Amino acid sequence: MTLLQLIFLAAAALTLGAAVMVVTTSRLVHAALWLILALAGVAVLFALLDAPFLAIVQVVVYIGAIAILIIFAAMLTRRVMQDSGRQTTRTWWLGLLAALLLFGGLVVLVLQVPGFQAAGGAAPDPQANLIDLGRSLVDVNAFILPFELASVLLLAALIGAMFVARPESRKPPGGKSGTPGGEA
Amino acid sequence: MIPLTWYLLLSAALLCIGIYGVLSRRNAVAILMGIELMLNAVNLNLVAFWRYLSPAVISGQVFAVMVFAVAASEAAVGLALIISIYRRRSTVVAEEIDLMKW
Amino acid sequence: MGWRMIGNPFGWIQQQLMTLLTGWGLSQAWAAAVLSLVGAVILATVLLVSTFFLIWAERKLLARMQDRLGPNRVGPWGVFQTVADLVKLLGKEIVTPAGVDRFIYYLAPLLVVMSVVGIWAVIPLAPGVQGTALDVGVLYVVAVGAIGELGILMAGYSSNNKYALLGAFRAVAQLVSYEVPMVLVLLVPTILAGSMNLEVIVQQQSPMWFVLVAPLACLIFLITSLAENGRAPFDLLEAESELVAGFNTEYSALAFGMFYVAEFLHAFTAGAVIATLFLGGWRGPGAETYPILGFVYFLAKTLVMWFLSLWVRGTVPRIRIDQMLAFNWKVLTPLALAVLTTTALADKLALELGGNRLLTNLGANLVVALVTLAALRAYARAQRSKEESQRIGGLVTAAPVSRHH
Repeated sequence: MTLLQLIFLAAAALTLGAAVMVVTTSRLVHAALWLILALAGVAVLFALLDAPFLAIVQVVVYIGAIAILIIFAAMLTRRVMQDSGRQTTRTWWLGLLAALLLFGGLVVLVLQVPGFQAAGGAAPDPQANLIDLGRSLVDVNAFILPFELASVLLLAALIGAMFVARPESRKPPGGKSGTPGGEA
Repeated sequence: MIPLTWYLLLSAALLCIGIYGVLSRRNAVAILMGIELMLNAVNLNLVAFWRYLSPAVISGQVFAVMVFAVAASEAAVGLALIISIYRRRSTVVAEEIDLMKW
Repeated sequence: MGWRMIGNPFGWIQQQLMTLLTGWGLSQAWAAAVLSLVGAVILATVLLVSTFFLIWAERKLLARMQDRLGPNRVGPWGVFQTVADLVKLLGKEIVTPAGVDRFIYYLAPLLVVMSVVGIWAVIPLAPGVQGTALDVGVLYVVAVGAIGELGILMAGYSSNNKYALLGAFRAVAQLVSYEVPMVLVLLVPTILAGSMNLEVIVQQQSPMWFVLVAPLACLIFLITSLAENGRAPFDLLEAESELVAGFNTEYSALAFGMFYVAEFLHAFTAGAVIATLFLGGWRGPGAETYPILGFVYFLAKTLVMWFLSLWVRGTVPRIRIDQMLAFNWKVLTPLALAVLTTTALADKLALELGGNRLLTNLGANLVVALVTLAALRAYARAQRSKEESQRIGGLVTAAPVSRHH
C-alpha cells in the first residue's frame, strides 16, 4: 500500500462519509457543513489526479461561494420546529432502492471494461497544463464558443437571481402626492 | 498506483448518494445539496478519465471547468427561487409547494 | 563554510536535517515529507509567537498617532503587555452559552486562524525558501481567504444569538463582495509575470517592482485587503461601539483571543502578500548570493506595508455598510475590470511591438486613473448641485431627501 493509495483511501472515506451525513442528518445547517467537508474531499481528490488548478477552483467556487450561498439560504428559510419534523418523504425507501440499483449497475458496468484496470501513465506537467487550459479557452479552433456561452450563462444567472430574489417594492401608503424621494 | 476503477467506483457511489438525497428529502435546500453532490461526482469522473485515458488532450479539464460554471449558476438561481418561494408561502418543504397559482 | 552557513541558514539547516533523517534509514520521499511537516510547524509557531510583538507595536503606534502613550507599565516600554493579556485570557473561564452548537462553536475560531496561517505556505520568504511551490499560488491565497469567511459564518450561526448572526451575515456580505475586485486585481501581477506561482512573480520583478508598473492595481489591492481583513475604515464587522461585538459576541477567553490573534496576524499577512506581489518580495541588492539578506528585505517591506495599513486605521473614520457596498460595486469593481483589461492590452502591445513594458503599463495606468478621477469629479459635482438646488428651492418636502448614492 503506497503512500498515494493511503491518501486516496482516506480522502475517499472522508468524501463518502460526509456525503452520507449530508443526506441523512436532520439539521439543515449541519448538512450544509457536511457538504463543505465532502467538497473539500473532492478537492483533495482533484489534487491527487494531478489537476491542482481544478482543486483550488473547487475550493474557491464551491466552498467559498456555493456552499456559503447554501448556508445563507438554509439560515434564511428556517422555521421554528422545522428541524424536528420529518426530514424524508414518505417514499424514501424507493429512493434508496433506486440509488442502490443504480450503484450496482454502475459497478458491474465499470468492472467489465478491461481498459479501466490499467494504471495511469506519466504525470502530466501542471504548469504546461495550466497554460494549455488557458490557451484552449480562447483559441478560435478550440473552446472559445463554450467559454463565451458559459459567461453569458453566468451573466443570465446573475441577473435572474437578483431579479427573482429582490424584495417586493413597497407602494407608498394611501394616495400620497409628495415627491417620491423614498426607496430607489 | 491507483487504478482508474477506484476513482470510477468512488464517483458512482457519490452519484448514488446524491440521487438518494434528491429523491427522499423534503426540504428544497437539502434537495439542492444532493444535486451539488451529483455534480461533484460527475466532475470527479471527468477529471479521472482525463488523467488516465487522455492526459495530453486538455478538453477533459475544460469540460470540468464548464461544469463548475454551470453548477455555480444553477445553485445561484435555484437558491434565489427557493428564497422567493419562502417569502410567498413561508415553506420550503417540496411536498407543500404543489400549487401553480392559489 | 562559515560564511555560507550564515549567508544561507535555511539551506544549511535543511541539508543537515536531510542527512540526519536519511541516516536514520528513512527513504527520500518520507524524509522530505517529515521535513515539510517540521517546516510547517516551525513556520506556524514563529508566526503565532510574532503576534506578541505585532500587537504590542500596533497598540504603541496607534496610541502615538492618537496623541497618547499606549501600554507602558509592563516591562520596558510596555513590551510584555501582550503576555499579560494572554495570561489574563488564559485564566478566564471559557463560558459556553446555553444552546450553542458546540462542535461548530469551537471549530469556528480554529478555521479563522487556520485560514490566516495557511497563506504563509506559498509566500517566498527568501530565494529558494517557500513552503510549497504551488503553480496556482495566487488562487490559493484567495481560496484560503474563503475558508476564513466560512469560519466567521459558523461563529455567528452557532452562537445562538440573533445579533451575532446578523453580524456574521454583514461580515460575510462584506468579505464576499470585496473578494471580487481582489481577485480581478490579483490577475494583474499574474499577467505581468506570466505565472501564478509567487516565486516566479518575485523573480520576474527584477528590473522594476510591479508597484511601479501597475500602481493602480497595488492601490486597489491595498484597499480590498484592508476590507478583507476587517480593519478601519472597513471595521464594521466588529465595530467596538456598534452591534455589541459582531459575530464574536458570545465568545470569551481563549476563543475570543484566537479571533483577536487572527485579525492582527491577517494584517501582517496582507502586508506580506502585497510585498511579495508588488514590492518585489525578497528582491534587493545581494539577495541571491546571501539568502538571509533576502529574508531581511522581505521582512522590511512587509513591516512597511503593515505600518501603512496601521496608519490608515488610525486616521480615517469608519464607513457605513451601505456606503461600503456601494463603493465596492460602483467604484472598485469597474475600476478593477478597467485596470485588468488595460494592463492586458498594454502589456501585450508592448511585448508584440517591442516597446518599453514599464512605460506602456505606467501610461495605461495613468490614463485609467485620470479617467476615473474625472468621472468621480463629475459625479461629485452633479451630487453637489442637486443638493444645492434642493436646498435653495426651499421646499420642505414630506418625504426625506434620498441619501442613496
